[in-house]
Amino acid sequence: MKRIDLLVAAIAMLAAPAAFAADDTITIGMTQSQTGSLNVDSVAQYRGFEIWRDEVNGAGGIAAGGKHYKVKFVSYDDQSQGGRVQQLYTRLIIQDKSDFLFSPYSSGLTATAAVISEQYGKIMIITGGAEEKTYTLGNKYLFQVITPAGHYLSGALEALHSKNPKARVAFVYSDDPFSKAVVSAARDQAKEAGFDVVLDESYAPSTTDFGPVVNKIISARADALFGGGHYPDSATLARQVYDQKANLKWESLLVAPGDAKFASLGKAALGVSTGSQWELPVKFTPQFGPTGTEFAKKFEAKYHIAADYHSASGYAGAMILQHAIEQAGSVDPEKVAAALNKTDATIFFGHIKFATDPGDHGMQIAHQMVVAQWVEDNATLSRQVVWPRDAASAPLLYPIPSH
Amino acid sequence: MSLFGIIASIIDGLLVGSVYGLAAMGLTLIWGVMDVVNLTHGSMIVAGMFALYLLTTALGISPYATLVPVLVGGFFVGLALYWIAVHRVIGRPPLMSLLSTFSVNLVLLGLGTALWGTVLFNVPVSLPSITWQRYTFPGTHILAAVLTAVIAACLYLFLYRTRLGKAIRAVAGNRQAAELVGIPTTKVLALAFGLGVALAGVSGMLIATLFPFTLLSGDAYQLKSFIVIVLGGLGNPTGALLGGIALGLLEGLVTPFIPVSWTLVIEFALFVVVLVAFPGGVFTGKRA
Amino acid sequence: MLRRPCFWIITVLIAAFAIAPAIGNNVELRESLVLATVYVTLATNLNIVLGYAGYVNFGSIVFFGLGGYICVYLMGAPGWPLPVALLAAGAAVSVLALVFGLGILRLRGAYFALATIGVNEGVQAFVENFTPFGGSSGLYLPVTMFKPLGGPMEALWVVYFLLVAIMGVSLYLSYAVKLSKFGLGLLAIGQNEDAARVLGVPTRRYKALAYSASAFLPALAGGLYFFKSAFIQPSDAFDLTFSTEAIVIIMLGGQGTIIGPALAAYFYEELRGWLLTSDTFSHFQLVIAGSLLLVIVLFVPGGLMGWLYERWPRLRSVLE
Repeated sequence: MKRIDLLVAAIAMLAAPAAFAADDTITIGMTQSQTGSLNVDSVAQYRGFEIWRDEVNGAGGIAAGGKHYKVKFVSYDDQSQGGRVQQLYTRLIIQDKSDFLFSPYSSGLTATAAVISEQYGKIMIITGGAEEKTYTLGNKYLFQVITPAGHYLSGALEALHSKNPKARVAFVYSDDPFSKAVVSAARDQAKEAGFDVVLDESYAPSTTDFGPVVNKIISARADALFGGGHYPDSATLARQVYDQKANLKWESLLVAPGDAKFASLGKAALGVSTGSQWELPVKFTPQFGPTGTEFAKKFEAKYHIAADYHSASGYAGAMILQHAIEQAGSVDPEKVAAALNKTDATIFFGHIKFATDPGDHGMQIAHQMVVAQWVEDNATLSRQVVWPRDAASAPLLYPIPSH
Repeated sequence: MSLFGIIASIIDGLLVGSVYGLAAMGLTLIWGVMDVVNLTHGSMIVAGMFALYLLTTALGISPYATLVPVLVGGFFVGLALYWIAVHRVIGRPPLMSLLSTFSVNLVLLGLGTALWGTVLFNVPVSLPSITWQRYTFPGTHILAAVLTAVIAACLYLFLYRTRLGKAIRAVAGNRQAAELVGIPTTKVLALAFGLGVALAGVSGMLIATLFPFTLLSGDAYQLKSFIVIVLGGLGNPTGALLGGIALGLLEGLVTPFIPVSWTLVIEFALFVVVLVAFPGGVFTGKRA
Repeated sequence: MLRRPCFWIITVLIAAFAIAPAIGNNVELRESLVLATVYVTLATNLNIVLGYAGYVNFGSIVFFGLGGYICVYLMGAPGWPLPVALLAAGAAVSVLALVFGLGILRLRGAYFALATIGVNEGVQAFVENFTPFGGSSGLYLPVTMFKPLGGPMEALWVVYFLLVAIMGVSLYLSYAVKLSKFGLGLLAIGQNEDAARVLGVPTRRYKALAYSASAFLPALAGGLYFFKSAFIQPSDAFDLTFSTEAIVIIMLGGQGTIIGPALAAYFYEELRGWLLTSDTFSHFQLVIAGSLLLVIVLFVPGGLMGWLYERWPRLRSVLE
């Protein structure tokens, strides 16, 4: 009996590879925040990666240099904490023998992962880390697909300027690397634009009660509020601003309004805007890959929720890596890095090009963000693109109601 | 900041502070009665928050109608916790009870994460609010403070006017003596623990009417509870309420003048200073 | 001390840590042992205060984090070389510990435990506002920092061996303390502080000394660890989970023993690492860690060593 079992097993093992058209596998390593405060957006980002991988493998793998490579992911939970990231990425490189890496979600975690990827000379595609500092330390293998932090609020500031150039502006933001980088650039831009900056304060990321700081916003008689941080605090700030009737005419918060869940805040969400890396209404004509509408449809069919910009970033980053491998005709890190450095393409996500100077290598220099705002249509809340005007899908809502 | 702004800040601080006080009352009661630091306190607050969310979404009842169910439910959870983690370590060195409650907390957090993740939950509660000089006091804050006062009053009546309350105070004072007079100390301890957890749960429920929450929100409130009971004196529920109000007052007074991000530093510095200078609590007048 | 078997057991342990990854340039093993050495160092030093004197220091991670910050800062802007920055960090943290300690060591039991949490959280909140330390964004070390050690690959090995050395010193120190009059005094404090004082043990001085001494080596370990990471931010440096895990390890191994926490640290780190990367269990990591601790506290409070001693009393003098 045993002999036959062995024989069957042997035949099965020999037959199995023939089922794949692939000659080889590429391993891509990453960590996700399955637990912890970054969970919501990290999972969204991962879904973008996942849907790309399934598509690529379904089509037979990535074609490079006459071979076909199937894609395999290895991922671990970083618990939204930097402490484990380095150990996990080292493991991904040494034990799991990853060929390429995707970044974790958030600038803080990405910065610490980047140290490891550079130490071992592995390419890391960054779809969730916007802070610029990471790219100024002299790297060779980091490639940022999303617009850097400094631009997150520029569109929103421009939009405000078009309606009220003399507005009194308040900056209230989370004391974390990403939000600080965003506001540092936004502050300069606000001053140059001639706005009156009446409040400028950061809060601890773990803050639960924004009551005191909202009172400060009211005391400062601010017309507009810019800031927030990641999902939990931006959402709470939005709610409390509404509860305390801060009388704002304009409110742009980071990250949270970009998520479909933000609608659960009800009236508090109305009129709140955010800088978004990608919104469905903005239609680019892609040189390769799906259009925005096609991507959104595929995503919704698989996950039964609307795609947000985090998922789109994940998918875009993966696509760009694939494109570079195909262009290089090889999976050799040096050749792929060279191909990435030469990339200058438009995909559903927008125009992608990387900085190549050693001083800021890898930073994204072509992609633009849009301003998305929650508006009401027949008592239903939806998120629309309101800026820049030529990409808008709805008129700018100013002043925002009952704030 | 204008004078009105400062006053508004102070008033709001007092309102929210009273809820901090309620949160701390359960912790201080348990500590006072059985010399156990309940490190599941934060999780119990979160449990109250989740109870509010689940009951209002599943049964569609008004948020404030969940108050009594949460109290009762919290009590039974507390009883269960007592038997699982605390009973065996009563009387042993404090490290043991610290660790046993801490380990249960880890288990609860782990299960919670596996079941619900760490996403943000929000229970929208709309009540009329009071606006004064451009500053608004949300109705939810006012009602939460009022309910806190009611619960605190009930607790006081219970502890000082009922036999069971007397028994709890007796056990808190001197367990051996209480045993000798015939008080069933184990049962009383379990009851006190249940009561402490019930208070934590109900404070969570009230907090959830004010702010959104995640599974990890309990941590911040647990730390605030520690600060509060240090201010108010261990085992002293009235002190806890006063301590909570004092903390809220501090937050309200300090934030108009300094950047908000320094509030935590000041709170912790105060915490350590008060611990060292007034180990018996500021509001009891005791010295160690 | 040289005559006692425990000394030689410690030496073998240290040698194992040093030699095992060196065979065949095993980078994988080295990486998984780095955290293990840190855990052993933290637990062993904490044992001096917790295991001997019975004072629960929940916030011992503050030494590690501050050591890391001071070392990384000194290597960054002022540009000091690694050994000098490390020693400066260790000295600074010990002095700070002495200052804080004199204040909070007046407290007993749970009050002290809470105060240590307050110190850790307060220091973290302060660092998040302190611009020279990078605030909440943290401090970065550019890759050029590794040049004096011969480049990143070599530097990682040097750092590892230094960490093993620090772990070794911690173990020897802890043992030496246990055998000394100072250690006896600490143990007496742990048993009954008032009686100890009445009997002439200089409790205040001993406690302060223990607290300060238990800060030095973790500070060095912190400096090395964050140098290796080339990046430090407040949420990593002052993570209370680390120090609570150190307490779990001491309880697992057996408080007041030397070998116990060392072995427990190694096994705990391996277990946690495995749990973290296992598909099925990564969500249950906290549940398992918590349940384990609960069982130990309720049923086997003496930890591994306690259990061994009960079975084989002879081991008491061998495995200390």
